[in-house]
Amino acid sequence: MVTKEKAARTGNEAMAEAMRQINPDVVAAYPITPATEIVQIFSGYVADGLVDTEYVAVESEHSAMSACIGASAAGARVMTGTSSQGLMLMAEVLYIASGMRLPIVLAEVNRAISAPINIHCDHSDTMANRDAGWIQLFSENSQEAYDNMIQAVRIAEHPDVSLPTMATTDGFIISHGMEAIELISDDEVQKFVGKYQPAHPLLNVDKPITAGALDFTDYYFEHRRQIAVGMANAPKVIARIGKEFGDKFGRYYGFTESYKLDDAEVAIACLGSTAGTARVAVDNLRSRGVKAGLLKIRVFRPFPAEEIANILKNVKAIAVLDRSDGLSNFGGPVFNEIRSALYDLPSRPLVVDYIYGLGGRDIFVADIEKVYQTLSDISKSGKIGDLVQYLGVRE
Amino acid sequence: MDKTATQVFGRPQSLQDRVLHYCPGCTHGIVHRLVAETIDELGVREKTVGISPVGCAVTAYNYFNCDMQQAAHGRAPAVATAIKRVLPDGVVFTYQGDGDLASIGMAEIVHAANRNEKVTVIFINNAIYGMTGGQMAPTTLPGQKTTTSPYGRDVNTMGYPIKVVELLNTLTGPAYLARVSVHDPKNVQKAKEAVRKAFEIQVAGKGFSLVEVLSTCPTNWGMSPVEALKWLEANMIPQYPLGVLRSPESKEAPNDI
Repeated sequence: MVTKEKAARTGNEAMAEAMRQINPDVVAAYPITPATEIVQIFSGYVADGLVDTEYVAVESEHSAMSACIGASAAGARVMTGTSSQGLMLMAEVLYIASGMRLPIVLAEVNRAISAPINIHCDHSDTMANRDAGWIQLFSENSQEAYDNMIQAVRIAEHPDVSLPTMATTDGFIISHGMEAIELISDDEVQKFVGKYQPAHPLLNVDKPITAGALDFTDYYFEHRRQIAVGMANAPKVIARIGKEFGDKFGRYYGFTESYKLDDAEVAIACLGSTAGTARVAVDNLRSRGVKAGLLKIRVFRPFPAEEIANILKNVKAIAVLDRSDGLSNFGGPVFNEIRSALYDLPSRPLVVDYIYGLGGRDIFVADIEKVYQTLSDISKSGKIGDLVQYLGVRE
Repeated sequence: MDKTATQVFGRPQSLQDRVLHYCPGCTHGIVHRLVAETIDELGVREKTVGISPVGCAVTAYNYFNCDMQQAAHGRAPAVATAIKRVLPDGVVFTYQGDGDLASIGMAEIVHAANRNEKVTVIFINNAIYGMTGGQMAPTTLPGQKTTTSPYGRDVNTMGYPIKVVELLNTLTGPAYLARVSVHDPKNVQKAKEAVRKAFEIQVAGKGFSLVEVLSTCPTNWGMSPVEALKWLEANMIPQYPLGVLRSPESKEAPNDI
């Protein structure tokens, strides 16, 4: 029988709690709003002797991820947390972490990036690093943040994957929003994550290694190809761990979550906390007879293209909500990937993009209902009008 | 109005008439004023550019009545370097805390000082990260309790306080390096002299100047403003001795050994 304890936790507290239960060997971090609390609360656990973790208060995020790499290469289970400019400063080292196949777990709180400087939520930071070779999990609320952190350890460390993983929440909306979540007991978390068995740690005298050696035209390409293989192996592992988690603790996780999509004619696709708002909009529209549905994407890397195409194949018109702007004159990153995923369908739905919520601009149920209204018009007329629009901005 | 009366005190022109967002008892307000008075006295307001940091003073551009630019965390000295080189007749200053200057931005400050860039740096040392909620800084005192060192800074795993002016004083480059405090009126006067001297050195084209100002953070230290001033005097000054470590008059490379 699985022990279930209900507790009130913010997203940051939930992630810190998961870290305590995981009890990593090393945490190296630098404070940044709104992720500071995660590692600050965790440093309290270290000081109180509740974990066995070596905690390193480094001088920048660049150093934090570098320290994580050192520790992970040495064979330790390693975690950190950051946000926004912190993730951007880490960027150089994020690529090194995945290139060295080090299964570091990062609690990332999605926040706008400068300039202008801003501390509130959007997905620009995580999206800017979408091609860094990290697995990216998005959370809708504190419960998912907690559950994603625990699963992230297993996904990252799986020998077929061996890639760093970031579990993300939305700045302030989730990170500082308190809600009731179901906690798993310390024992059960420990049993679930198991003991980390690094394949190629430093100072294994029977198998000496060099980590991060220089590759030129001879082997660089092959090594980069191997990272792609690790990412290609990830879907099976993510699916298996999501199911195992569900079997044990009652909450099942996949790549996406469909809401009233079975007979939907119009649908919205989004990531993170906005899914909760969109669900209310769907209910309102359904009560008015509109066949509206919602697709929430939990795993953005690896991108579940086939699954998304399969789910959306019978929808007439789709709006993608992008909480970051690719500034490409061709829509945001989520839009581009979803639209591309639909390309091979024999009969493609019409797709438009809405850039929304930059710098923490609120999105309301009424905003989303308006998007569905536009989708209904598109579905009837067969004409999409503007491919990319900005939702809730003053023009 | 009595025509025989002369105004002897008022708000410096270089400070905007706005309510500061800083916590009650925080000494940022005093230091802002000292910088603004100096800019007024030197008559350089129309050619001054300030660089605000990341940290509590991120919105210092709301207070200084001159052109301002906000820099990425720790990068103010690099930004200031380039502004000064493009506008060599301008007066360029950065205003940075210890999280910004002594932690994430340590490389930029060392190299700007080493190149002897003709800019002025006002460095606020309050021994803690204020903006993010009281975490341990590189300047935190041994044994000092912060949210990330709840049982006190353990020097065995967390190192010792970094003494920025002493560290920069090992360089041949800088023209002026001083450490002052603002815990009482007498020291505020001395701080003003140092800030003024630092700007004068820049205006005279003599090189890099930095003033470290020992400051309080009553909120994150968990003290009343008065207790915080006393704590600064009793605990920070022994760790961070006050004085002018380098000036053009005394400029001899201390590491010529």
